[in-house]
Amino acid sequence: MKPNRKTASILSVVAMGLGQIYNRQYIKGILMLLLHGLGLYYIVLNLKEALWGIITLGEKAQQLELVGKVYKMVPGDHSIFLIVQGLIVLFGLIVFGYVYIANIKDAYKVGKSLEQGIRPHNFIESLKYVSQHRFPQLIISVPLLFVFFFTVLPLVFSVMIAFTNYSSPKYLPPANLIDWIGFDAFKQLFTLNKWANTFYGVLKWNVIWAVLATVSTFFGGFGVALLVQSTRTRLKSVWRTIYILPFAIPSFVSYLIMRNMFNSQFGPINQYLKWIGIQGPSWLSDPTWAKVTVLLVNLWHGYPISMLLIIGILTTISKELYQAAEVDGASAFQKFRMITFPSVMYSLSPILIGMFAGNVNSFSAIFLLTNGNPANSEYQFAGNTDILITWLYNLTMNQGNYNFASVIGIIIFIILATLSIWNVRRTRSFKEEDLN
Amino acid sequence: MISAAKLKKIVGDFSHHLLLIVIAIVTIYPALWVVLASFRPGTALYSEHLLPERFTIEHYLELFREFPFAQWYMNTLKIAIVSMVCSTFFVLLTGYAVSRFRFRGRKSLMSGLFVLNMFPSFMSMIAVYILLLNMNLLNKHSALMFVYSGGAAMGYLLVKGYFDTIPRSLEEAARIDGANHWIVFFRIFVPLSRPLIVYLSVTSFAGAFNDFIFAQMVLRTKEQQTLAVGLYNMVSSQFSTQFTLFAAGCVLVALPITLVFMFFQRFLVEGLTAGADKG
Repeated sequence: MKPNRKTASILSVVAMGLGQIYNRQYIKGILMLLLHGLGLYYIVLNLKEALWGIITLGEKAQQLELVGKVYKMVPGDHSIFLIVQGLIVLFGLIVFGYVYIANIKDAYKVGKSLEQGIRPHNFIESLKYVSQHRFPQLIISVPLLFVFFFTVLPLVFSVMIAFTNYSSPKYLPPANLIDWIGFDAFKQLFTLNKWANTFYGVLKWNVIWAVLATVSTFFGGFGVALLVQSTRTRLKSVWRTIYILPFAIPSFVSYLIMRNMFNSQFGPINQYLKWIGIQGPSWLSDPTWAKVTVLLVNLWHGYPISMLLIIGILTTISKELYQAAEVDGASAFQKFRMITFPSVMYSLSPILIGMFAGNVNSFSAIFLLTNGNPANSEYQFAGNTDILITWLYNLTMNQGNYNFASVIGIIIFIILATLSIWNVRRTRSFKEEDLN
Repeated sequence: MISAAKLKKIVGDFSHHLLLIVIAIVTIYPALWVVLASFRPGTALYSEHLLPERFTIEHYLELFREFPFAQWYMNTLKIAIVSMVCSTFFVLLTGYAVSRFRFRGRKSLMSGLFVLNMFPSFMSMIAVYILLLNMNLLNKHSALMFVYSGGAAMGYLLVKGYFDTIPRSLEEAARIDGANHWIVFFRIFVPLSRPLIVYLSVTSFAGAFNDFIFAQMVLRTKEQQTLAVGLYNMVSSQFSTQFTLFAAGCVLVALPITLVFMFFQRFLVEGLTAGADKG
């Protein structure tokens, strides 16, 4: 018996595909050899610079240099591009390494079956095998590739930025280089007077906002659902259809409309209040009223979905339960407290927590209604109604404080991840289930 | 004579319906106000009366005359439909793979995707921008399609929850008849998950339709813009002067989406609860 598996494995360690060719899988072997050549070429060409770029973030800033007889602006290293390009090369290396190991395993396996006298798959058979037995990996490869490029890669980059001094105006490529500063940005955010002040203030309002927004829409929806489903109500479906409207209108349109409705000078709300003799407040420019307004608008926008969900649950509660309670002499309130409320909460608590997580980050509501305003002079680039995500947006798009923005992003992530992992662990979908 | 009990019932019914009517008015009012404003002559936000003295469609015509509104419509539809198809397909495939197959790394894949979803998407905005710049995709619609459908797989949990409830026996019967994985997917899973697919399609369509943040960052020229960006700019740059025009824009933008949502509302609610624990 020829020692196929040993030779094949060793050959494929030397170069991808050699073992396969030795195993008489010629097409596969040649393709892999090609891949090996291309991959090696790319890595040798780029790896050194990629590592250098990520570690040093560039060494030569843009500067004036004497070119011939005149001073010219000579472009230096662009730290940000160095990070992105470095990451791409490193990810390429990881993929290459993975394929390399798979190749050795494959050569070993095929070599083993050769020893046992089993004819190796030809190329067509290999393809068939993959499409049958590696089907899940095959179908998720494209979606995952997208996730990888448009989510993972940018996120890794952004997390790295949190550990640099990438911020306007002093550290802004291409004019300047940026540097690794470790956890300094975190420390500054928590301790530097103005930043810490802003952070705790914004965080506090963010939590209040998320709690009140969730609770108000949920119980608002609950109340309306009970009202609609009440035995007194005529034409239930008509009411339901009317109440769904805020859910159906695209949210950004609603918020923009609302911003105009609450305009304190020309908006209709203050106009109507005037008719009945009330001088309306400045809804969007007074710090307290602005908070009330965003919560009110959010209630308007969010109660229909809770209502729909709760009506769905209400219709599934068995009538016999209520009849039994009536026989026992329960009042309407007791029936609600002992039957309706527990049933709804039991079914909807995961969704409720999901809604809470969504409200923590409800960007459009705040951004479109107040844009974080009214401004708060004690805050660093934030206003009274800013929540973390809108502050992050402002820091990124308008202020150029990229490293602080990234730190805030990481904090939002920690908050949401804690909440969601705790939540999802309780749901059926995530528990390790056996195939039914 | 009306008895006291009957009177009490009548009053009760009346106040019950009065409350329903008040809620209905508050609910509908903003939409009604914008629709009426869009037919009002003049440009001002302020108006003495709710009902316009004279109805005009001038603002609607102006939208098409002064802005590339039709072009924005086409852009938005194109981007939203492609993103919808891709992201729905991606997330269904991912859900199918993790629900029906056991493969190495499945658990870590599931946790990984789930955790990724917790990062705020704006956090990586700058990096996405640099990537798009490097790929020469700025000011192109394909960039938005990539970004919108890029994260689709992260929503797999809902699909998995739904697919998990489809009995395995159905699929086994098909396999005995010689169906392969694709046939099982398209002939059994897809038809059985209509509410889920409607939910996924409508939400991803609306997501692409509503986005003005990424769209504004990527699309530079007026001709390439989408409705959301156009409308946002219209109101943020010149709102007190051209309010009625903005109102007309709102009506045209909101109408199709609103109708779709109203039409599919039952599916949307079913979809939302599909992944949840029902005990």
